[in-house]
Amino acid sequence: MVGQASQPSAAAPKVEVRDLTIRYGQKVALHDVSLDIRENEIFGIIGPANSGKTSFVRALNRMDLFTPGMRVDGTIRFDGRDIDKWRNVYALRRRIGVVFPLPVGLPMTVYDNVALAPRLNGIRKRAVLDEIVERCLQRAALWDEVKDRLNSLGSLLSGGQQQRLTIARALSQDPDLLLLDEFSIAVDPVTTMRIEDVLKVLKDEITIVLVTNLVQQARRLANRTAFFLMGEMVEVADTEDLFTRKTSDERTQAYVEGRFG
Amino acid sequence: MFEASELNIRNHRVERLWGLLFLLMTVLLILPVVVILGVLVYKGGPIISVDFLFTEPKDGMTAGGIFPALVGTIWLVAVALLASVPVGIAAALYLSEYAPDNWLTRIINLAIINLAGVPSIVHALFGVGAFVLFFKFGTSILAASLTLAIMTLPVVIVATRESLQAVPQAFREACWNMGASRWQTIRKVVLPNSISGILTGVILEVSRTAGETAPIMFTGAAFFLPFLPQSVFDQTMAMSLHLFVISTQVPGVPEAMPYGVALVLIGMVLAMNAVSIGFRMYLRGKKKW
Amino acid sequence: MGGVSAIIFIIGIFIFITKEGLPFLLGRFDIVEFFTSPRWRPTSEHNPTYGALALIAGTASVTGLAMLVAVPFSLGAAIYIGEFATGRTREILKVLVELLAAIPSVVWGFIGLSIMNPLIIKLFNVPVGLNVLNAGFILGLMAAPIMTTIAEDALKAVPDTYREAAEALGATRWQVIRRVVIPASKNGLVAAVLLGVGRGFGETMAVLMASGHSINLPTSIFDSVRALTATIAAELGETAVGSDHYRALFTLGIFLFLITFIINLTADLVVRGIRKK
Repeated sequence: MVGQASQPSAAAPKVEVRDLTIRYGQKVALHDVSLDIRENEIFGIIGPANSGKTSFVRALNRMDLFTPGMRVDGTIRFDGRDIDKWRNVYALRRRIGVVFPLPVGLPMTVYDNVALAPRLNGIRKRAVLDEIVERCLQRAALWDEVKDRLNSLGSLLSGGQQQRLTIARALSQDPDLLLLDEFSIAVDPVTTMRIEDVLKVLKDEITIVLVTNLVQQARRLANRTAFFLMGEMVEVADTEDLFTRKTSDERTQAYVEGRFG
Repeated sequence: MFEASELNIRNHRVERLWGLLFLLMTVLLILPVVVILGVLVYKGGPIISVDFLFTEPKDGMTAGGIFPALVGTIWLVAVALLASVPVGIAAALYLSEYAPDNWLTRIINLAIINLAGVPSIVHALFGVGAFVLFFKFGTSILAASLTLAIMTLPVVIVATRESLQAVPQAFREACWNMGASRWQTIRKVVLPNSISGILTGVILEVSRTAGETAPIMFTGAAFFLPFLPQSVFDQTMAMSLHLFVISTQVPGVPEAMPYGVALVLIGMVLAMNAVSIGFRMYLRGKKKW
Repeated sequence: MGGVSAIIFIIGIFIFITKEGLPFLLGRFDIVEFFTSPRWRPTSEHNPTYGALALIAGTASVTGLAMLVAVPFSLGAAIYIGEFATGRTREILKVLVELLAAIPSVVWGFIGLSIMNPLIIKLFNVPVGLNVLNAGFILGLMAAPIMTTIAEDALKAVPDTYREAAEALGATRWQVIRRVVIPASKNGLVAAVLLGVGRGFGETMAVLMASGHSINLPTSIFDSVRALTATIAAELGETAVGSDHYRALFTLGIFLFLITFIINLTADLVVRGIRKK
């Protein structure tokens, strides 16, 4: 099954993962995963809890550096280059935006939240920052709600707004890759739908990895989807194929039909 | 596009630089103490012997040992513990297990912070005003120990409360669901799981109490007494005050003597702390949840 | 009922020191003299004066110098221990800082007297080594571990999700600290400094032994001074219970009590984040 991931595709893959194994101390969280993520697609990852989805995302962003005990083996190539070999992980992270399961409005103003990454990159001019903040908030479908209170604390927004703020913040560094880890877990259905609409538009410009515990969300959004189960990747295929029994693995069928997980 | 930009490289360097600077600050903070301990051991070490520890001072405290001071400190600490540990644990139990989150609890917390923050000499004044004069204990171990007890009460309360709060709330709820009363829950679930933390706090208090000087100067510790205390109503010598006296008040003390006293005192205190810290680490290692 | 004990004691302290000090406050006490006269001569036979200005200046100069030394170093150490150090190094450093905090003040005083004193005389070629510099340095070393511990607690209270969020944006660790961790823990850090000031302010034995103990309005760090706390410690033993002098010392105590009370109260309010907005 794993072989499907390396089917030749027209363009070079955005992210190539080969033999990825992630351990926390003795415990194996993800075992021997190989897959490709193509440019400008939404790549879904589904699977029940503890299947290694989050570990996968953390490895893509080299978060293992700050997680004691986390060990990553295998290779991940981003735009053809091994991410282990980036001497400067910060530069890597600036090209990858991450949205965590729980919204994190940093304890600063809405404006400063979004302007943080550009400022880290040395942008000082107010006009430029203003432009970035507005554009990112617009893209995250939050602008209309917060444009009159850009100076209130980001941590005081509602959960759904904070999650969109997080997305705006992730977009502010102009990433080529956006990682979303179960973004809808703490968000109401209406906001979830709004964010999904945002993602559909964003996909034209950037590559998105969408980790989700909602099978139907993957079906709605993802071009291709991988199914993770207990630290193994069961299979990866075009999303429609996964959901229409065109793939063979029974566990996948059982999961997408809601028989477990 | 892949190469780290100049800005990134600079950030990287800035990061290293700050890390180094903070490390340097930490080292500079700790280094003087290491040096000082070294000097104390170097100068005071040779004088310490069984004789030094177990004989009385002679010749106007310019010779002999420190036995009465050693015994006196043990008396003071023991009586202070007897007074403060039960009160401290009761207070912590109340605050952690019973107290509702209201203004009274806030005031109690504030009082605890202040009790810890009041200068030791003010505690001494209080000891004189309350225990020596008002309750008519005179200058005695009792008055000095009670003063010390009140002063170190926050140590016990804070340590106990922390270890009580470290017991997961789910344990309590599980116990309540079986119909146990609050007190039964505390006795069967909360205390057994936090007793070691409380003990750590008590050891810490011992070390604080043993080193204090100002609160006992006028309440019960004497410059020089040729005999050992017989009851809590006697005065006594104490290690900390003895160090003060022979290093400032008595002429002609051989140089090694105050170093020796300082070394014994600091040894006692640090050993006690080390025990407490070691104990805490051991416990953390075998935590059951 | 144990809970209320702390309140009873704190009120008890105030009542008993006020009780002893009150007759002086109501009688001989002259507020203008107390705060503006540097002449503290309670033992003068004909004309005892009770000006505390020199004592206040002594306490302020020593505490000020101590904070100048201790604040940057303890905040730096707290940041290193809390944000840079990991695993074993962090544990060892924390233990060392804790042990530092445990050294009794009389031992610090002795160090000032016997180690710092000759060192200062030699290094700076001054006649006396017991002065503001000595006491301030010793006090700084004493206050630093407390400030470090409290400041580190404040840093630890910042949720890791904040750090991760900023790191995911490509912030370096120092950028995370400067832009996210420090702003988020600002109140706790201010409280740490305040409690350090309170500690320095109330320290008795070390200041008594290392400051030179002479009544003086200091003009340089090489001047000997005398602190409020040290004055009480040095003079209480020589006064007759009930005399003006005795009651004046209790009045100094009331003054000290109130100031530390205010410092602690402020620290508590700051921690709770009550700001003037």
